[in-house]
Amino acid sequence: MIGQPEWPSGAVVYRNDEYGVYQERYRTMSKSRSSAKSAGTQDKSGLKAGAQIIVDTLIGQGVDTMFGYPGGVVLPLFDRLYDAPIRFVIPRHEQGGCHMADAYARASGKVGVVVATSGPGACNLTTGLATAMMDSVPVVALTGQVRTELIGNDAFQEADTTGVTRPVTKYNCIVKDVKNLARTIREAFYIASTGRPGPVLVDLPVDIQVAKCKADGSDDMELPGYKIRTRGHAKQISSAAAAINASERPVLYVGGGVISANATEQLRAFAEKAHLPVTTTLLGLGSYDQSKPESLDMLGMHGSAYANFAVQECDLLIAVGARFDDRVTGRLKDFAPLAEILHIDIDPASISKNVKVDIPVVGDAKHILAELAKEVKYCERKAWFKKIAEWKKKFPFSYDKNSSSVKPQHIVSELCHQTDGKAIITTGVGQNQMWTAQFYKFSRPRQLISSGGLGTMGYGLPAAIGAQVAKPKETVVDIDGDHSFNMTMTELATAVENKLPIKVCILNNGYMGMVRQWQELFYGKRYSKSYLANPDYAAVAEALGAVGITVDKKADVPKAIRAMLGEKRPCVVDFRIEREENVWPMVAAGKSLNEMDGLDILESMA
Amino acid sequence: MKHIISALVENKPGVLAHVAGMFAARAFNIDSLVVGRTEDPDLSRMTIVVIGDDRVVEQVRKQLAKIVPVVKVQDFVGKPIVARDLMLITISAPPEKRPELLPLIETFKGKVVDIGPKLLMVEICGPEAKIEAFINVCKPYGIKSVARTGTIAMPRQAKTEQ
Repeated sequence: MIGQPEWPSGAVVYRNDEYGVYQERYRTMSKSRSSAKSAGTQDKSGLKAGAQIIVDTLIGQGVDTMFGYPGGVVLPLFDRLYDAPIRFVIPRHEQGGCHMADAYARASGKVGVVVATSGPGACNLTTGLATAMMDSVPVVALTGQVRTELIGNDAFQEADTTGVTRPVTKYNCIVKDVKNLARTIREAFYIASTGRPGPVLVDLPVDIQVAKCKADGSDDMELPGYKIRTRGHAKQISSAAAAINASERPVLYVGGGVISANATEQLRAFAEKAHLPVTTTLLGLGSYDQSKPESLDMLGMHGSAYANFAVQECDLLIAVGARFDDRVTGRLKDFAPLAEILHIDIDPASISKNVKVDIPVVGDAKHILAELAKEVKYCERKAWFKKIAEWKKKFPFSYDKNSSSVKPQHIVSELCHQTDGKAIITTGVGQNQMWTAQFYKFSRPRQLISSGGLGTMGYGLPAAIGAQVAKPKETVVDIDGDHSFNMTMTELATAVENKLPIKVCILNNGYMGMVRQWQELFYGKRYSKSYLANPDYAAVAEALGAVGITVDKKADVPKAIRAMLGEKRPCVVDFRIEREENVWPMVAAGKSLNEMDGLDILESMA
Repeated sequence: MKHIISALVENKPGVLAHVAGMFAARAFNIDSLVVGRTEDPDLSRMTIVVIGDDRVVEQVRKQLAKIVPVVKVQDFVGKPIVARDLMLITISAPPEKRPELLPLIETFKGKVVDIGPKLLMVEICGPEAKIEAFINVCKPYGIKSVARTGTIAMPRQAKTEQ
């Protein structure tokens, strides 16, 4: 009988609590390395290998954490990462790594970095890149590529990476001369993190990683076509302020742009000064404290009735960092029919893309909101707020609290209660995501991390890992669906290996819940292919080294959540919820925002 | 409505694919697209003819400007410009038809650039309407094949200097 294989003696276990120590250790290591001039860093002639230039440029950009998966043509880079002062988290699949980098960026406000090899590695990034693209998240992806002379020859593990990823990145390029390497990577970080942020991919042929050149690190960026307007036009700001001051029934409609602009403080000051009701998109949740009476919570397809009614009856809609997505607007031609539309956005292409804008202000929300706050006046708007309060009273988010089954809304509310509404929450996509948006009350930016635009199932678990890496001291909970969780659950091993104490609440109804809901409502309850045989998630969790809990009784919900939150290891709770619970209210596809289904249900339980 | 959009882009690999891909992904229709070098070796000029209402073309312009290697975008609609197409056209022209064809070519300021036993190849340059008119005139004789460049355009100086 052969014994257990030994772990390689050099293996390092990264612990959150030891992170400082670990960083310190590597700082001394890198110092000794630079004094020893070890092979590969810089030879006598002052030349540096491409791989070393990459690592040095990353460190110069402030990168201390990366995600990624090794492979043939990134070996030179991984060799240089071996003793670089960079924390490296290896996912079980490149898609997971890309989601981790994305969530790391969303949680920290820094640029997330992911590395993958050529061909399959790069192709596996695409879903993650598209997710980051749709939600405007700054991610830099570095991919290996076959040797430049082999490109186009269908070499082993060759894919046209820049071709494949062009539509799902803000910018991408291939480096074909080591002299351009440092500059290109600096440009990638600059493009990813400025303007409307987004993912940038740099494709790195293996010979470029090996080739040497003199790198002084000072060559300027060359981006003649990349201009960002940050300061809003003063005249536009004044007309915006005048419209706000004249409005009797305004609504402030806030998107994720306010969070990525780090403008939530300016938003609060502006909204308070002008006295405006505030509704947010899914990605805007957390930009405005939902416990405030002026908060209308989320709007849109599964948004609050009071937000949707307010939008339909307002005379001025003030959109900030939002893009009038179809899940927000419902039937476009009837969206906010009485309103003048004021749109503040850093992306000129977002202005009048879906909804014709009357007063556009292009620029950085942080600057524009601060300027606007100076010009707006406090206005009581008594009748308007009274009307909103009535809607709020009549149609609150609600569910059957007396039911004996485990209700998903109860789980989310209880989690919100036990975490004081302070946890970082990630989600899957579908019903779980909507219940989270409806029943967890967010109060600060970067608290909800969810795939909004692309709606990527399987995002929740790797996102929780990325967020926990960024915020080691905070409680990170993935509220997931069973089928979303199925897609990426191997990443639980990544959390275990890296000692990341993430929590997962699986709202397990045995269905692709949102697909089932649509089949119930629009396809005569013909549940075509919308359920799978699920594993015993608690047993899976235990097998992967995490803690597993199963809950199938309503009475056990608070206890299980308490146990989960007290757990030091990654922990998965499998909640066997009411199987055919629906998300209400709902604006069916093609309906106008005030044509919500399920209002009678909410009203009866108010 | 027809819009002629002129985009100055960085002369780098992948830029044409990026622009063409954006048009396809956003379901904008390209009537013609011409790329060529400019006086600056680092820059190319793309002249794109798009048909659509003002709102669509406005989006085209903004989405083009958003592409990182696109340096400058102009929509020439309503502006005084010079716009030209170049066409090579091969016309069926047996010797007995040539006496009537040649003055026709002359009228359109075309140039015969190749002669075969039964065919003539003509080079003709001008605004798109003139090219279309010439094609129509040639139809009765029989058109063998046509190659067209698509429109290139530049604003007129008098206007830009004001």
